[in-house]
Amino acid sequence: MDVNETLSSYSDWCYGIAVGAYVVAMLFYLYEQAFGYRERRAAKELVAVGAGDTLVAEPADDSDGFDDSDDPDSRSRTARAVRIGKLAVSLTTFGALLHFGSLVLRALATSRAPWGNMYEFGATLCLVAVGTWLVVLRKYPTVRHLGVWVLLPVIVLMFLGGVVLYTTAAPVQPALQSYWLVIHVFAIALGSGMVLVPGVVSVLYLLKVRKPEWATRLPAADVLDQVAYRTTVFAFPIYTAGVIFGAIWAEQSWGRFWGWDPKETVAFIAWVVYAAYLHSRATAGWRGGRAAVINVVGFAAMIFNLFFINLVTAGLHSYAGV
Amino acid sequence: MIALLRNTWRGLTSMRTALVLLFLLAVAALPGALLPQRSLNTQKVDEYIASHGWWGELLGRLEFYNVYGSVWFSAIYLLLFISLVGCLLPRTLEYARALRGKPVLTPRNLSRLPHHHESTTTATPDEVMATATERLKGWRLAVREEENGARSVSAERGYLRETGNLVFHFAMLGLIVALAIGKMFQYEGQVIVAANGSEFCNIGTVGYDSFRPGLRVDGTDLNPFCVKVNGFDAHFLSTGQPDYYRADIEYQSGADLDNGTWRPYTLEVNSPLRTAGDRVYLLSHGYSPTFTVTFPDGQTRTQTIQWRPVDQLTYLSEGATKFDPPGVTDPVERRKRQLAITGLLAPTAVLHNNILTSGFPDLRDPAVAIDVLKGDLGNDSGRGQSIFEVNQEMVESGRLDRVARENLRPGDEITLDDGTKVRFDDVQRWVYLQVSHDPAQGWVLLFAVLVVFGLGMSLVIKRRRLWVRAVPGGDDRADGATVLLLGGLARTDQAGYGEEFGRVTEGLLADLPPREEEREGATASRES
Ligand code: HEM
Repeated sequence: MDVNETLSSYSDWCYGIAVGAYVVAMLFYLYEQAFGYRERRAAKELVAVGAGDTLVAEPADDSDGFDDSDDPDSRSRTARAVRIGKLAVSLTTFGALLHFGSLVLRALATSRAPWGNMYEFGATLCLVAVGTWLVVLRKYPTVRHLGVWVLLPVIVLMFLGGVVLYTTAAPVQPALQSYWLVIHVFAIALGSGMVLVPGVVSVLYLLKVRKPEWATRLPAADVLDQVAYRTTVFAFPIYTAGVIFGAIWAEQSWGRFWGWDPKETVAFIAWVVYAAYLHSRATAGWRGGRAAVINVVGFAAMIFNLFFINLVTAGLHSYAGV
Repeated sequence: MIALLRNTWRGLTSMRTALVLLFLLAVAALPGALLPQRSLNTQKVDEYIASHGWWGELLGRLEFYNVYGSVWFSAIYLLLFISLVGCLLPRTLEYARALRGKPVLTPRNLSRLPHHHESTTTATPDEVMATATERLKGWRLAVREEENGARSVSAERGYLRETGNLVFHFAMLGLIVALAIGKMFQYEGQVIVAANGSEFCNIGTVGYDSFRPGLRVDGTDLNPFCVKVNGFDAHFLSTGQPDYYRADIEYQSGADLDNGTWRPYTLEVNSPLRTAGDRVYLLSHGYSPTFTVTFPDGQTRTQTIQWRPVDQLTYLSEGATKFDPPGVTDPVERRKRQLAITGLLAPTAVLHNNILTSGFPDLRDPAVAIDVLKGDLGNDSGRGQSIFEVNQEMVESGRLDRVARENLRPGDEITLDDGTKVRFDDVQRWVYLQVSHDPAQGWVLLFAVLVVFGLGMSLVIKRRRLWVRAVPGGDDRADGATVLLLGGLARTDQAGYGEEFGRVTEGLLADLPPREEEREGATASRES
């Protein structure tokens, strides 16, 4: 099994450009966050008064509709902010396509699924996170300017992945030569990539609820809560399936389906935390703030599993190569 | 007393307790990921205790090196189990009742609901009911007469949510039970077998190098089968990274044991042998040097003993091959003349200043760097000793002396002062096999899958209600039109119900003749 070096270096290029696109997109989101705000609030108050209601989560159209401002100067600034916000989404999409291309090229270069080590796993996870964000935007256009907070951890992860954890393209160890590599790792990457979004959004929710004076620019708490909940509901069964696939693979590869290896243990802990999150939303007195805290803890467990367990403790997963 | 019991039971079976217990279980599992565990690596535990003084001792006494078998972990596990059972019993009853129950009465004021709509139609209330029941196919319905000739239909759907929820909880219960049964009847043993046609039979614990039985296993009635390792093949990339490992084996079980049939199998890392209800895994491999010792009286002894890899990348290995002098019956005399050959083995030798290291994990150009020790090996002390090491106490107390140190290639020979010759013949391979048995693992998988299904069902499906009321115009309305009122409520999470409510409403209105121009904007939805 040989590695195609040309393809692998194209893959690295795509990765780099994708990160670049994300950085620029993040700056654009930041611009929208900074300047698209006053008008957005004014518009929201108008709608709220019109509907005689406390809150409108999903205005009929996206933020273009906010042209009710009398001040023409401010109106053009809003329009610009909105345009830049949309540009940010296009850039994110562009980055995601290159990001995807980078993984495809690596798969072609090595003739295997592109998630055999931590660099590749991180890249897949980040792509899933960005993809999830783009889907969330279709449903909730009003949260667009929060793209900063989603892209920031993605960029940090990708930077760490590309600089610190980078591994040259190579075939994998005998233990990883199994179709379960495709199934298990993909499901896990899907699940843990998706929960990046609710993790970030729950932090913003907590900020909004606990320190409203700092968070005037964030969308309404209910919207944040809904985005977090709906995304987690999707991610959780996938993650669960990923863990079960891992157990099936472990039975085939390591001789037992569960052995409290550090990675398994933390996977279990993260699972329990997310199960508790979903339960807590059905328990009186736990909805809202406490549920959001649990969601953040769950995400922290995922990150802990990715970095601490891979890099500090030596378990059976560590041979996947850092 | 009874009140106390009842309160304890209530508390234990409440949702909140289940939540707290689940959390506790996660927190209790954490030390197992951070501290070394006996079940994974005993040596590391000992090192940890040694380097942490009283603190390490204390953790040991509190079972922190055996988290998953500890009293406190089991206690949480058991409480969670009881809490699940307690939570399930009433739920199941309520579910059975709800299965037969009718959708609830139509609320008096539908416009207070999160989703509602109001308009008028020329259709009579009866016609409205007929159209609505037609529209609401798939919903559970109850049509009711109300005062003043009004009629209403209550519709409800999403009962599968509760089904999913029950499946989830029952599956959790089943999972816990199956895991416990597995813990009792499972066993796991490891054994090194030379890859030269040697056999291993699963007939008792003595055949194993290490054996870990479940609580109810004493090793007397293991599932009988035999494995013969005919050869082992490893392939490495030029970087030294392994590409594949393959053991060429034959096995027999069941009737084959009696009629002597052997069946071939290629044992690989991701493809264990499954036979007789057990699994056989290829865990790792290594090298055994063969040494021949020619004693001064001309007698020879040849031994091939496995040495263990100390470097996983290059397979540099260490070990000790031990010889008793032949024909010596006097124990005192024997203890002066025992021999041990100990040192390093490199599958691909690299020599720097006569220091041996290995350059590659495959068997390309083997060499050994050995010390020959003579004297008392300490075998007779009654204490078992490692097959990979000599007893250091004997060396330190001067009862075991080094009499030679040399680097050898296959075929090389050294002669000791007393005329004894030591020859390094060649290198053979061994494989490290694991035999595992867990009669409950199929059940564990089944319940785990049910957990996911139940969970998916209860998360995706929404329990929701919809009401349609038709109030006849009567005399007080000049136009005599029927007033049509709709209301909707999702019982768990309102998110997303607005869309469906809107769809149903639109469909219903399309089927009914409108009375006036549609009252635009009369449909209001509120999401929360
Ligand atoms: C009960 C069994 C298993 C569980 C619970 C499990 C869980 C996980 C989790 C949670 C991750 C994501 C890691 C992260 O966030 O860094 C992961 C990744 C991975 N798993 Fe597993 N796994 C299991 C078995 C296996 C087996 C048997 C193999 C291969 C022989 C395997 C190979 C991998 C690889 C290659 C990755 C991605 C790279 C990495 O992060 O190291 N897993 N697994």
